[in-house]
Amino acid sequence: MSRFAWLRRLWALSTGRFGLLVVLTIGVVALVARFWLPFDPQAVDVDGRWALPGWPHLLGTDGAGRDILSLLMAGARTTVWVALGAGLVATVIGVALAALGALTARWLRESVAVLVDILIAFPVLLIAMMISSVWGGSLWVVIVSVGIGFGVNIARVTRPELRRVLHSDFVLAGRAAGLTPFQNLYRHLLPNIAPVLIVQLSWGMAVAVLAEAGLSYLGFGAPLTEPSWGLLLKDLQQYISVHPLSVVWPGLAITITVLGLNLLGDALREATDPTLTRRRTAAQTHTTAVIS
Amino acid sequence: MSLVVRNLSIEIDGRRVVDDISFDVPDGARVGLIGESGSGKSLTALAILGLLPDAATATGSIRWNERELIGLPDRELARLRGDEIGIVFQEPRTALNPIRTVGRQIAESVRIHEGLGRRDAAARAIAEAERVRLPDPAQIVRRYPHQLSGGQRQRVAIAMALACRPRLLIADEPTTALDVTIQAEVLELLAGLVARDGMSLVFITHDLAVLSQIATHAVVLEDGRVVEHGPLSRLLTAPASPVTQGLLRDATATLWRPGGAA
Repeated sequence: MSRFAWLRRLWALSTGRFGLLVVLTIGVVALVARFWLPFDPQAVDVDGRWALPGWPHLLGTDGAGRDILSLLMAGARTTVWVALGAGLVATVIGVALAALGALTARWLRESVAVLVDILIAFPVLLIAMMISSVWGGSLWVVIVSVGIGFGVNIARVTRPELRRVLHSDFVLAGRAAGLTPFQNLYRHLLPNIAPVLIVQLSWGMAVAVLAEAGLSYLGFGAPLTEPSWGLLLKDLQQYISVHPLSVVWPGLAITITVLGLNLLGDALREATDPTLTRRRTAAQTHTTAVIS
Repeated sequence: MSLVVRNLSIEIDGRRVVDDISFDVPDGARVGLIGESGSGKSLTALAILGLLPDAATATGSIRWNERELIGLPDRELARLRGDEIGIVFQEPRTALNPIRTVGRQIAESVRIHEGLGRRDAAARAIAEAERVRLPDPAQIVRRYPHQLSGGQRQRVAIAMALACRPRLLIADEPTTALDVTIQAEVLELLAGLVARDGMSLVFITHDLAVLSQIATHAVVLEDGRVVEHGPLSRLLTAPASPVTQGLLRDATATLWRPGGAA
């Protein structure tokens, strides 16, 4: 089986296909938005206020006559940047804490485990509010707070996984085959925790997207000059009783992106774990046996 | 290429679990380490490969081919492991990496020690799978461990251990986790391969009946000490120590139990 077999398995799952398409679409949109937007998202057009979806404003305009599609595309840039940044920070923090909690001397790894258990009690929102009250609201606040908040989650899930793999016979067998500790880490340890990490990362990015929107909405995230789905939602929401259609677009963008990332995470978990597919087949066989 | 163990002791957290044991495995000899669980057999095996857990320390002397293994840097030991000395573990269910194909695991030691590339290693894996008589080798090397039966997995583990044609094979209860019928097959395979390659064998077990089919000499251990050693033919006919007598009673009981292994 080729090394990309998991990609085929991912594509075979309807959730995986949906998640992958959503994530790829957002990525491409954000990339395109870096170089080209249908309209300047900050261009005010007093005569063209509250235009309904149509040509040339595909999703209509807001109360200042700004093109909603352009605002969403510019916001996608922010979303992708925050999701990637928060994901990276969370992974680094998570893996570092998990490694400290799994591979070091007993007193240190027990203390790290306790620390992680304490930190996990702090909601991302609380961390964000603490950080932004000192340094003011910015996208960095969102990245760092989600990074810490979710990094602790990753550590919590990865640590026992790392310890389980570390003590498994095949790591010993790998050493018995002549692997050096580093080769063993690369060939046996990391690949065995990678599925867990990737899945966590995917979920973490979903949290980051939601947190960016939520924090920007509350004023702890993106400054008003920055394009952001959360800010747009906040702007348009004030007019929900007059122009209900316009507020649907940022809401839809956030919902679909978060859903896509979540489903991608679920599908990845299923696609990267060969033993899970077996269990599913076994369960199916069992059901068939019961029915017949 | 002979293995000489002298006054080997192993301590875990200050507790002596292997106490001053000595034995020889001359070139081509097949020696059994036998004893109840907790008698220190497996730790002795791990000590030979320098794979004791961090909490354990070994003292004494283990000489392989006139070379002292105790105190040898891990880098040097890694060069011997899998190349000159191979090991098969008890539990085939956990001894294989669940997310790597069987073929890549069989070829692992070959890639390390003989520097084979991916393509050559894949071809070699098929040849090795054939050697341990796995069915449909070309297909089975692409499978994952969970898609194989227990007996097949243990054959894979044997293929992994023997891929580089080691001069010494350590088999740590290789048939204990298997069904009785599969046990006999795996044992026969192992005996055949050891005889064909003329390698030395250290076979660890608690079952004298199993040992009698593969080894010529045995070292009987109890609580980390050697209580008796000598040719298996003598231990079977005239066991001197009560431990050996007990093991012999267990073995004959197995023989007489309905469906018991011969």
